[in-house]
Formats: sequence, structure tokens, C-alpha cells
Amino acid sequence: MTALTERIPARFLPVLATVVLFVLTFGAGSASYEGFASGQVIANLFIDNAFLIVLAAGMTFVILSGGIDLSVGSVVALSTMVTAAGLKAGWPVPLVVVAVLVIGSTLGLLMGLVIHKFDIQPFIVTLAGMFLARGLCFLISVESVSIKDSTFRAVATAVIELPGGVTITYNVVIALLVVLAALYVLHRTRFGRSVYAVGGNEQSALLMGLKTARTKVGVYVISGFCSALAGLLFSLYMLSGYGLHAVGMELDAIAAVVIGGTLLAGGVGYVLGSLAGVLVLGTIQTLISFQGTLSSWWTKIVIGALLLVFIAVQRGMARGPRRRAILAS
Amino acid sequence: MKNRLLWPLIALVALLLLNLVVTPSFFSLRIQDGHLYGGLVDVLKNGAPTLLIALGMTLVIATRGIDLSVGAVAAIAGAVTCVHIGTSGDARTAFAGMAIALVLCALLGLWNGFLVAGLGIQPIIATLVLMTAGRGIAMLVTEGQIITVNNDAFRQVGAGFVGLPISILISLAVLGLVALTTRKTALGMLIEAVGVNPEASRLAGVRSRTIIWTVYVFAAVCAGIAGLMIASNVNAADANNAGLWIEMDAILAVVIGGTSLAGGRYSLTGTLLGALIIQTLTTTVYTIGVAPEITLVFKAVVVIAVCLVQAPKARAMLSFRKVAVS
Repeated sequence: MTALTERIPARFLPVLATVVLFVLTFGAGSASYEGFASGQVIANLFIDNAFLIVLAAGMTFVILSGGIDLSVGSVVALSTMVTAAGLKAGWPVPLVVVAVLVIGSTLGLLMGLVIHKFDIQPFIVTLAGMFLARGLCFLISVESVSIKDSTFRAVATAVIELPGGVTITYNVVIALLVVLAALYVLHRTRFGRSVYAVGGNEQSALLMGLKTARTKVGVYVISGFCSALAGLLFSLYMLSGYGLHAVGMELDAIAAVVIGGTLLAGGVGYVLGSLAGVLVLGTIQTLISFQGTLSSWWTKIVIGALLLVFIAVQRGMARGPRRRAILAS
Repeated sequence: MKNRLLWPLIALVALLLLNLVVTPSFFSLRIQDGHLYGGLVDVLKNGAPTLLIALGMTLVIATRGIDLSVGAVAAIAGAVTCVHIGTSGDARTAFAGMAIALVLCALLGLWNGFLVAGLGIQPIIATLVLMTAGRGIAMLVTEGQIITVNNDAFRQVGAGFVGLPISILISLAVLGLVALTTRKTALGMLIEAVGVNPEASRLAGVRSRTIIWTVYVFAAVCAGIAGLMIASNVNAADANNAGLWIEMDAILAVVIGGTSLAGGRYSLTGTLLGALIIQTLTTTVYTIGVAPEITLVFKAVVVIAVCLVQAPKARAMLSFRKVAVS
């Protein structure tokens, strides 16, 4: 095998593995349960996980840059809270949307600045961000606030009919647009290439003259923005704001990104992989609900096991000679 | 070292003073039925599980690792013990249950150690596996139910008294034990050496892998004991909520105490201070009458403040400004 034909599949191998896994789990479901392999089940996979797709897209940026963002779940909760409280106070919908997105991005910006300026580990800073955002939710209201705004409800319940009688919500369209935007930014802009470079080796990126500071802060702004947007989608999905929404969702997002083949060390991975990762998680949940007798906690165990398999495989690949050369750099 | 502990100490004293201002009786201790009661005892008692987990976490972090699975391990320990005890009120059943739970926790620690030291997986991810799956396993053990028990021997672990609450004594005993074994022998230095550079320590003859395995097992056993305390305190095993976010609290306690997440050095006194700060903060929020959920905001502020004060870059900026002013 020549070096060239070897390199191309190796780069995409983890993503391909995730896609194969998705096809396999979905195939297993189709073979076992009648009505599983319908277009609507696939559409529901997207409808039920639209917010997670957006979160995972944002998380991919952060993890690619070698960081981690634990605050995303809490920012989702904060966004649902701001949305619900704002609408309850009679704010127009566009104002609420802008406010939520600005708050999310600002939180991301602040965390990014602290991480970069003071050289504190992303883990700790975003952990503080996680506490802060959740605390702020309860500062607005300790109770769950339902959303009664008619415009908002109309958007939430509106469906788009696809050929074959399959319906999706606007959430799905937004989530897919986010994935497309993320693809464009990561692969077609200077910023995107810098994200890969900083994740691969920050020192080298700096010596190459890349704007590492802007990149490192930027990924957290993107993640904050995506979390806020995911929060909006989640409010559309739940039609309420609550400080205990999306507890532990940051772990789902990280799991989706890892299962999607992105290396936690940074520098290697694809947004499409994360999308596939979310779909795998969604399929497992659907499978377990179709099965009926298996309890929901099996979802957690299976996700844990999948994480393990993917990490072990990644580790095996990293021990290969070429990856070692890259890692050693 | 003294200097590094100064800021956490100031934070703790400030918090305690705030409590004194709000509730003047905060520092008063009274003895009732031979048991010591009072605000400070409450802080220590409620902080005992966090302190215990933070101790294990300190050693893990000193080797440049992290253990996210401790909360899930605590939940498993509580679940296994309560399921084993069932309806029995027998002390022997309780001890057997606890022993089984702790052995299981040690095995879970071995598993984490295997992933980190054996397969060489990043600790944050390796332990994420058990963090995610662990709660599922705990649910599997309890079959999704909250298992309540009524066993006097088991109740002692979390709610019993020997003058002081037993949970405090256990945590302090473990603190003393760790301090003795790591600071009076070379073990502490070896752990720090592994944290600075595992490969270099291995070449220098330190058994890096064995040390990494050991700290993860220790952390899991600490988490197990903490899980027993939590379950015993409420006489129930709640697979979903027992020890929820305690790993975050423990990590915060360690970091506030001046142990760097980059590994290579650790301070047990710092961890003790950190755990006390976190628990005092929670108690303070209760006593000044703010909704307990808002504790999170204060926690975030304290974490950022303490981390900023300790960050070398921030210090450099501050001292630069001082020089400029003078």
C-alpha cells in the first residue's frame, strides 16, 4: 500500500467507524422491530436530538482546539430560563432570541478570556461557568416557567412535510444549518484551520504566526453561542424554562464528540463525526424505548461501553507509528 | 507552601466571620447526651464526604490525573450496601454489605487505573466512562428504586456519634493516614515525581504505573466510604442523586487548596481548607436565607476568585502593577 492511499482512509477511519456503527445499530433495530426502519423514526431521531446536534457541533470546536467546555448543559438551562422569563415578561420573540444568543456568547467569551489571559485550565474555568450558569437560572426563578407565547408555540409545533409523509420540525432545519456552518468554518476559513493547528500543537501554531489567542478564545465563544442556540431549540422542544433542564447534557455532548472520532487531545476530528455520534446515541435511546422491557439506565451503561470502545480504538490508532510521530511533535 | 495556603485560609476565615455576623450563635458548641453539637460541627459533618473524596482526588491530581467517576462510585457503594442489607437490622449484615461495597469500589478503582496506567488513556476520558456508566450500574443494582434500609449499625457510619459525629472522625482518620503514609515516607515524593514526568520517573526507577494504579484505587475506596456515609445519613440508596456533582466539589476543593491540576505537587492541608471552604459556603448560603440553589453562583465566584489569585499569570500582573504604582 502506498503512503497516500493509506493516509486518506486513516484520517476518516474514526468517522467511518461511527457511521458504520450507526448503520449497524439502526439495522439491528430494523431487523428486530417492526416499524423501526421508517422514515419517521429517522426524522424523530433528528427532532429529539436537534439541540444535542447543535451542542456537539460547538463542542467539536472546543475539543479540536484541545480544550473542553463543561458549561454547555448549564448554558442550555440558562437559555431556556431567559427565554421563558423574557416571554413571560412580554418581550417580543426576536428580542428574546437575540438576548439569549448574546448572553450565551458573552459567557463563552468571558470563559475563553479567563482561560487564555490567566492560563487556568479550561476544565476548572468551564466548571465554574457551569455552576454560574445554573445558579443564574435559579436566580431568575427556582420554579419551572412554562412558555405560553403564541408565536413561540406556533414555531414549536409547526411541522415541515417531507416527501413520503415524513414530518420534521424547524429545530431540525436549524440544527442541520448549524452543522453546515460549522463544516464551512472549520474547513474553509482561516479560523477553522487555526483551530486544528492550535489543537495539534499550540506552540507550533504560535511560531507559525497564527493568531492562537483569537482562536483559543473564539472556540469558547462559538461553543457558548451554540449552547445558547441549543437552549432556544430546547425551549421550543420542552416549551418551558427550568434550572434543572439539561442536567448532564455536557456529558452527552462530549460523549457524542468522542464517539464521533474526535481526539480529546485536540487537532483531529470532524463535525460530521459528531453528528454521527449524536445519531448513534439517539438510536440507542430509540432502541431501548422500542425494546420496552429494558430500563432507561441501560442507555447510560451502553453509552459508557461505547465510549470505552471508541477511546480504546483511538488509543490503538494513536500507538501506530504515524500517530506517534504526530503526537510526539 | 505557607504562602500558597494564605488565600484559601483568608477565604475560609472571611466566610466564617460572615456566618458569625449573620448568626452570632454560629461558633457556640454545646454538649447534649455526650454529643457535640454546633455550627462548626455541622460544617465538618456535612463536609465529611466531600473531604474524603477530595483526599483521594488530591493524590490522583498529584499524578497529573483526574477522577470524574467518584460520584458514580459513591452511588454504587451506597446502592450495593443498601441492597445487601435489605430489610435486615443485623449488624453483621451491615458490615458484610459495606465490605462488599468497598471491595467492589477497589475493583472499580483498579479498572480506572487499568485504563489510565495500562492503556494510557487520558484520565479525564478514562474516568468519564465510569462516570457515565457508573450511575447506570447503580440503577441496575437498585433496579431504579430508592432502597431504604433500617439498620442501626449502618446508620452509625453517617449519623452516629462518638463524641463527634463518626463521619468526621473517619474523614480525619483518613486524612491523618494519608498525611503519615505520604509525607513521612517517600511515597508522597514518588507520587509528585510521577505527576511531573511519568516517563522520567519510570526511567529513574519509580514504579510509575503501580503508583498510578494505587492512587485510583485509593480514590475509589475513598469515594466508596463517602458513598456509605451519604447513604447511611439518609438511610437510603438513591442511585440517581447520591453523590451527584460531588466529583466537581471535590475537584474544586483540591484546586482551591492550591494543588495544581497540572500535577507534580499537592497539599493535603490545602485540600482540607478547600473542602471546608466549599462546605462553609453552602452552609453560609443556607444561614443567610438565600435559596439554596443559588449557592452555585457563589461557588462559581469563589472558584474563579481563588483560581485567579493563585494563577501565576494573574500574580505577575498584580505584582507588575504594584511595582508600577510604587
